[in-house]
Amino acid sequence: MESLEQIKARAEAAVPGAKIDIVANPGPSQQSSLLIDNEHAVAVAKLLRDDPALRFDFCSNVTGVDWLDRTVKKTVKVKKVVDGVEKDVDETTEEKLPGYLEAVYHFYSMTHKHGPVIIRMRTADRADGARLSSLTPIYRSAEFQEREIFDLYGVRFDGHPDLRRILMWDEFVDYPMRKDYREPDDYEYEPTPHDDVLEKAKQHYSPRPQLDGAENITAQQQ
Amino acid sequence: MSEIDEGLRSELQRQGIWVTSMQELYNWGRKNSIWPLQFGLACCAIEMIATAASRYDIARFGGEVFRPSPRQADLMIVAGTVTKKMAPQVVRLYNQMPDPKYVISMGACAISGGPFKTGYNVLKGIDRYIPVDVYIPGCPPRPEALLHAFMELQRKIDSQKLTGSEKATHLDSTQPSEFPVPSFGAHDLEPPANPDVFQPPKIERT
Amino acid sequence: MSATIQTLEPAAEQPTRLPPQMTSRLDGELLEVSMGPQHPSTHGVFRMNVALEGEIVRKLKPVFGYLHRNHEKIGENTSYLGSMPYTDRLDYFCSMTNNWAYALSVEKLAGIEVPERAEYLRVILAELTRLQNHASLLGFLLSDMGAWGTPLMYAFREREKILDLFESLSGSRMMCDYMRFGGCRVDAGVDWMKLAKKIVDFFPRFLDEFENLIVENEILIARTQEVGKLSAELAINAGITGPMLRACGVNYDIRKVDGYGFYPRFKFRVPLGEHGDTYDRLMMRVLEMRESIGILKQAFEQIPAGPVMNPKVKIRAFRPPVGEAYGRIEGPKGELGFYLISDGGTNPYRYRVRPPSFINLTVLEDLCLGHTVADVMVILGSVDIVMGEVDR
Repeated sequence: MESLEQIKARAEAAVPGAKIDIVANPGPSQQSSLLIDNEHAVAVAKLLRDDPALRFDFCSNVTGVDWLDRTVKKTVKVKKVVDGVEKDVDETTEEKLPGYLEAVYHFYSMTHKHGPVIIRMRTADRADGARLSSLTPIYRSAEFQEREIFDLYGVRFDGHPDLRRILMWDEFVDYPMRKDYREPDDYEYEPTPHDDVLEKAKQHYSPRPQLDGAENITAQQQ
Repeated sequence: MSEIDEGLRSELQRQGIWVTSMQELYNWGRKNSIWPLQFGLACCAIEMIATAASRYDIARFGGEVFRPSPRQADLMIVAGTVTKKMAPQVVRLYNQMPDPKYVISMGACAISGGPFKTGYNVLKGIDRYIPVDVYIPGCPPRPEALLHAFMELQRKIDSQKLTGSEKATHLDSTQPSEFPVPSFGAHDLEPPANPDVFQPPKIERT
Repeated sequence: MSATIQTLEPAAEQPTRLPPQMTSRLDGELLEVSMGPQHPSTHGVFRMNVALEGEIVRKLKPVFGYLHRNHEKIGENTSYLGSMPYTDRLDYFCSMTNNWAYALSVEKLAGIEVPERAEYLRVILAELTRLQNHASLLGFLLSDMGAWGTPLMYAFREREKILDLFESLSGSRMMCDYMRFGGCRVDAGVDWMKLAKKIVDFFPRFLDEFENLIVENEILIARTQEVGKLSAELAINAGITGPMLRACGVNYDIRKVDGYGFYPRFKFRVPLGEHGDTYDRLMMRVLEMRESIGILKQAFEQIPAGPVMNPKVKIRAFRPPVGEAYGRIEGPKGELGFYLISDGGTNPYRYRVRPPSFINLTVLEDLCLGHTVADVMVILGSVDIVMGEVDR
């Protein structure tokens, strides 16, 4: 199989204007991925499928990932004059990175029996801009999986033939796999000793009268 | 329909006369021909099939006639996780069953949500919407446990009264036979529990 | 009582021609039927909305989610080890292969080595799982076809023997929770191996008996051949995997392609179908069981002594390095994969299951169009779905 750099070069040559970045994977699995811009994703996927040297004809796995807004602290050394002496002073700046939703596709080749090539697409933001172009016209196997991403993450796939909720009911309005989703509180009675679950159950009962100190017993810290 | 004196009964039996009461006959017939609804939800359903299959053979207890239609069933074995999407269907199936009807809540999920309790789409126990007769813990319960639950149910049927203030619920016209079906809401089922059936257990604090 | 005679002549002021939507009322109207979620042969809580013209299926839309129990969300809120028992409940027929797929992905994510004996044990347990899964599938499929009871009883008789093996090894019949990242939880003793050998040696007799019943059975051939044909091109494009793909003649078995575990050390053939119809899909399972028996016999001979767990792995306080990994195995139903993203913490940031039976259902509508309602159940049975995995 060609290396990711070769595939990237091939795709950039074949699809003019495509912006492709390699997202490095620092872990031991050595599975790095290609980040493809939204407009050219269909053309790149078509190339991956049809190019005789690549022939990634099998789209195995399609999944969504939610990346929340985050702040990154950067420490820069700045020269400042303090008490008449020039000194290097650490200055921390906080940078807010907007969150986005991501769709990850794993391609394999059944013809050449190689793979995987992983491609990712990112939405503009996590609200109205959560749109991506659908790869279902290229790979039928993405049909239900993209619907699942729409259902659980709220990514709208342009060009999908039948984009409806798949696992939750149609009247449901939330996107439950997002990291900031809070499920409805139906823990009136809760016998299991999970900390946060106990916390929820406590809200339904009046506090226990102070008798034997048992209310101070909490789950052991690990 | 009153209780028969045991001494008299055995005396008559020695003479070749079998005496029984209407209540005993009725319960004997009911308990030995329980027809379960052929209705599986998740993993526990496989153990339910195993109970009906060759090794465990629920036919020994008169319960092998699994009916695909709720109209012909006496017993609903809620075998597996009840999701919020499935709960209205389960209640509807229960409502479609003719009286007398019994419910076995099989496995941790059907009792309380079990290991999947923290899931957003998992109902925390089927007893929030319909009354349950026998609970079997386990994930999944072994076929022997289901057989045990079946025998417990038979024991319960055997002890039910036909008349009086403690008569069986299906003979009491004041007791409901159907329960409201929850509807799909924007975030959760509406209502999240039926207050006529389910009250969170009171924790005694002394 | 006087009878009124009705005339069939249209009244003079009425138009003689019916409006176009009325003309097709009796000869071409589609009847919409909802099959499931409570249906005796949908293998759980699967639902299909079917549009019928007479008996013929013209449209079919599967409806999912009746067993959506939030496996992935729970997986992201629990530790890596904590997800292992949940994987048992994905495809609740094949808990051992689910364990293996998850363990394999975590091993890829963290770069963990597995001892030799553990790899052999995994192969043995995975192939035993394949045997019992395929046997019960055949039983269910024949049950759907109308052979009510008997084949299922035969299949479950064999399945119980294998479940006994699982129980004596792991403590549970169905939910084994046996594998760990870096090996297996406990070692199999000498007695266990003896018993397993005995059961595997006996298994071909069951297969012979079963094949005698089904292979040349006229009803079975009439119900399955030329029913639900799938072309190889569509199968590849729709991501079909497992026996269903190989029934179309595509030679793609992850045991051969990826060579995970110690599969390259075993000699076995990959059965391939020719027509891609329901009969081929059915026979694929029978042939695969024969090959599994071959693998098992080789594994019993080759298995070395040694540890079954990599001692370097701290499975309880497990923190894999930052990164992501996708690991996959050839499960009995197809490619079972786990996609994990680690942010360096104790819980995975993203935990995704690639469920084979969910994706194999993509082509269900294509398979069923033009066939009768009765065939839908047979086709669905031959796809081999388990709802715990479809909806997760």
